[in-house]
Amino acid sequence: MSQPRIVIVGAGPAGVRAAERLVDHGFRPILLDEAPRVGGRIYQQAPEAAGFRRSAKALYGFEAGKAERLFATHERIRESIEHRAGALVFDVADDRLIALIEGKRHEIGFDRLILAPGAMDRVMPLPGWTLPGVFTLGAAQIALKHQGCAIGHHVAFLGAGPLLYLTAYQYAKAGVTVAAVVSSASLYSLAGNLLGLAAQPATAAKGMAYLAKLRSWGIPVIGAARPSRLLGRDTVEALEVLVDGRIRTTPCDAVALGYGLNSETQLAELCGARFAYDRDQQQWIPEIDAYGRSVGREGLYLAGDGAGIGGADAAELRGVLAAEAVLQDLDLPRRDDNADSALRQLTRWRQFRGALDRAFPFPRQLAKDLPDETILCRCENVTTGEVRSAADRGLREINRVKAATRLGMGRCQGRICGPAGAEVLAARLGVSVDSVGRLRAQPPIKPVPIAALAGAHE
Amino acid sequence: MSGSRHADVIVIGGGIIGCSTALHLAKMHRSVILLERDQAGVRASGVNFGGVRQHGRALAEIPLSMRARRIWADLANLIGTDGEFMVTGHLRLARKESDIAVLQSHFKAVSECGLGLEFLDRSDIDRRFPWLGPDIIAATHCPTDGQANPRLVSPAFGMAARRAGATLVEGAEVIRAVEDGGVFTVSTRDGLTYEAPNLVNAAGAWADTVADWFGERVTLKPEVPQVMVTEPAPYRYGPVLGVVGGDLYFRQIPRGNVIFGGGEGRTEPGHNRSRPLPEIASRTAAEACRIVPGIRNLNVIRTWTGVDGDTPDGSPVVGPSTTTPGLFHGFGFCGHGFQLGPGVGAVLADLIVDGKSDTDIHGLGVARFVGGGQGTAMTVAEEAHRTAPAVNDAGSD
Amino acid sequence: MARQDGLFRRVAERDRRRIAFTLDGEPAEALDGDTLLTAILLIRDRLRIAEFTEAPRAGFCLMGACQDCWVADAGGAPLRACTTMVTGGMAIVTRK
Repeated sequence: MSQPRIVIVGAGPAGVRAAERLVDHGFRPILLDEAPRVGGRIYQQAPEAAGFRRSAKALYGFEAGKAERLFATHERIRESIEHRAGALVFDVADDRLIALIEGKRHEIGFDRLILAPGAMDRVMPLPGWTLPGVFTLGAAQIALKHQGCAIGHHVAFLGAGPLLYLTAYQYAKAGVTVAAVVSSASLYSLAGNLLGLAAQPATAAKGMAYLAKLRSWGIPVIGAARPSRLLGRDTVEALEVLVDGRIRTTPCDAVALGYGLNSETQLAELCGARFAYDRDQQQWIPEIDAYGRSVGREGLYLAGDGAGIGGADAAELRGVLAAEAVLQDLDLPRRDDNADSALRQLTRWRQFRGALDRAFPFPRQLAKDLPDETILCRCENVTTGEVRSAADRGLREINRVKAATRLGMGRCQGRICGPAGAEVLAARLGVSVDSVGRLRAQPPIKPVPIAALAGAHE
Repeated sequence: MSGSRHADVIVIGGGIIGCSTALHLAKMHRSVILLERDQAGVRASGVNFGGVRQHGRALAEIPLSMRARRIWADLANLIGTDGEFMVTGHLRLARKESDIAVLQSHFKAVSECGLGLEFLDRSDIDRRFPWLGPDIIAATHCPTDGQANPRLVSPAFGMAARRAGATLVEGAEVIRAVEDGGVFTVSTRDGLTYEAPNLVNAAGAWADTVADWFGERVTLKPEVPQVMVTEPAPYRYGPVLGVVGGDLYFRQIPRGNVIFGGGEGRTEPGHNRSRPLPEIASRTAAEACRIVPGIRNLNVIRTWTGVDGDTPDGSPVVGPSTTTPGLFHGFGFCGHGFQLGPGVGAVLADLIVDGKSDTDIHGLGVARFVGGGQGTAMTVAEEAHRTAPAVNDAGSD
Repeated sequence: MARQDGLFRRVAERDRRRIAFTLDGEPAEALDGDTLLTAILLIRDRLRIAEFTEAPRAGFCLMGACQDCWVADAGGAPLRACTTMVTGGMAIVTRK
């Protein structure tokens, strides 16, 4: 009897832990990831090129131990899996993934599919945000962690969420001038949600520690700020925000911007997953059971930040659970039972996550006051005003607005403009954001050259 | 009139056919209620390829197509937007020897129609369109054809119909229609009924159901054209392209995106949702590279499908019912109804209001399918191309 | 704040093998392990000109999601700068 083909998309913490569990139960899963090395975002490894010297502690700080354990796991199971790095999965047929690997089109059959594609930064535009020098918080981290570079010489950090303080801290520690750290949420949001945060005391403590350190270094840390605009001619030169009704201008030559994370759900949608709007996370997330089984598609499992933001630790647990679900569904007797423990730990993580979500909400109130001329869709140059006009003309759903304004029709396929676009539309209509729907995923989920798509038919 | 469920005409279906019919009737001072299950102009009418061509059609469609073309020229006045209509010319390409015969016979057949077709051999192509791939050995060119943006045009017809006084009811799924004593009663899923002495069946891929309610059996197969679009690129490909066989169509818009398609995706039971197929995307991409080698490096960023209705002979059903006076059909456009849409609305309005039309549609009547007929050969001999369906290339038998 | 040559700044990992490539016909240098985005933004303040605004862009997400960092090789093949490593002899062209 031939083994069922189990394929995992995403080699971050969730994907690697899922692979591990499957290997330990005698399977040989295929592990696919766009990146050359495992680790995902939070444990992104330096390029394999000789000469990258920083230690795990330097790269991952408090999480160094977890990162190294994950890499060690991958080493241990490497010969027992089929790891295809540099694989961009861009489409799916009934039982086959379609991927771009080294410029060529490949089909990878599966019987069971675990999707762990992670997340990307969630952005609320402001005037000037398309200026060179403005990047996401995640980008600022990647530049530092992966490339040993700072995105500028005097970097301002703007946004909300734990990543804001962490990234600013990493930059300051690396000797970069941090011009200011500006949060749209109150600095006391962390404290205010203490009960939930108590579910993960160590992590909550770390968050407070970053904040304290930044202050001790004399870096301006501002909370409850209203982002106003980014100034500059060809590159960013200053960040302007409103604090207590007063304008505060911070000269800078780079800005790292981000308000939490948004799950990458395009593949899940193409596979037939069903979606629901999560009020805490303020985004549409594939519906899953406690183990990550997709509601809506048999044989599909979702793990990690790609199915709701939970962070790296939760991602590892969810990877274990997704693999466990695959084993259960294959009716296999299992040798050990880490799964119950994982479920319990995950429940604690969900509480913590809920508290974080409430402490650092996506600043949807900013959508209402964005100036009309603010670019919303940076690929197609669609302004906030154009989306509002579409709403005024009677378009009440985001895909109709897309058809009429071109919002989301560019190369990024709505990744950047989708969340903010929905908030602008909902604010104009005076309705809840889930009632305007979400941008439909369409293949290929990332740009693919025509010649590559042609594949064997050429 | 809002709130009343009586009108002179009820139109089932809010695509470009239904909306243009409602608009023309409203302009002729008839009261119209249009019932659309979803939203006006967003199904096949809103997601099709966007070709606006008279070229390459079955002979029986050409008078209707030319009437439509005159309306296209004046679209802004009619619906308040030109829908990005551009007269770019249309090239129908021959990729092999037998294609040339097809082009030549069509060229001859339409020579009296006044389309102004040109026949191009390879040296003409080298001179005028050197970016066409070496496999292209000949072409016919229709200089008055072009392209437009269906996402803008089709909903705009709906909005114009409203402004002209028609009542458009969206989210109204018609579940039944009957005729009694010269009055049609149409029922929707929410329990309402509408009445009128005239009924227009513009129900797209689902129009066979409506026709069947009146004893007119037309075999309509769902057709699911699959279209792809690239990132913006420098604008260099002017004419819209089609091929003999219909398995590839191509256009570039001034904004830079290249839109191309071919083959079919898949539809779910009930044809309400459709999805593209990766295998088809691959084949179409390969064919597009053959036709226009310069696009090889462009990134595809989106694929979509729509659902239209295919008739047995590849031409639509336009005209009065043969069983029920007061009932008029406009459906089965086999993936090439976008250009015809504005004309169909005008002609159906003519028929309803005046009882006749100057536009010759005698070859498109429903009678040709009655009794299980497969329709007649509407053109001089064209190649049969049913496996790679004749999307945008009518007239296969 | 005045711009000082490139946008980016190296703060670590400087001890790596140098790689020569060309950027719009001009000789340039990167370190082994640099992405195209890093290599270009260390010496320039932009990667491309956006199509519909003619305004400069320098990428945004650095993780292959925003699609704002596309450049091309000399043959016209598109390259996503943030996910493409610099290799010796690469000839990169940016849209002016």
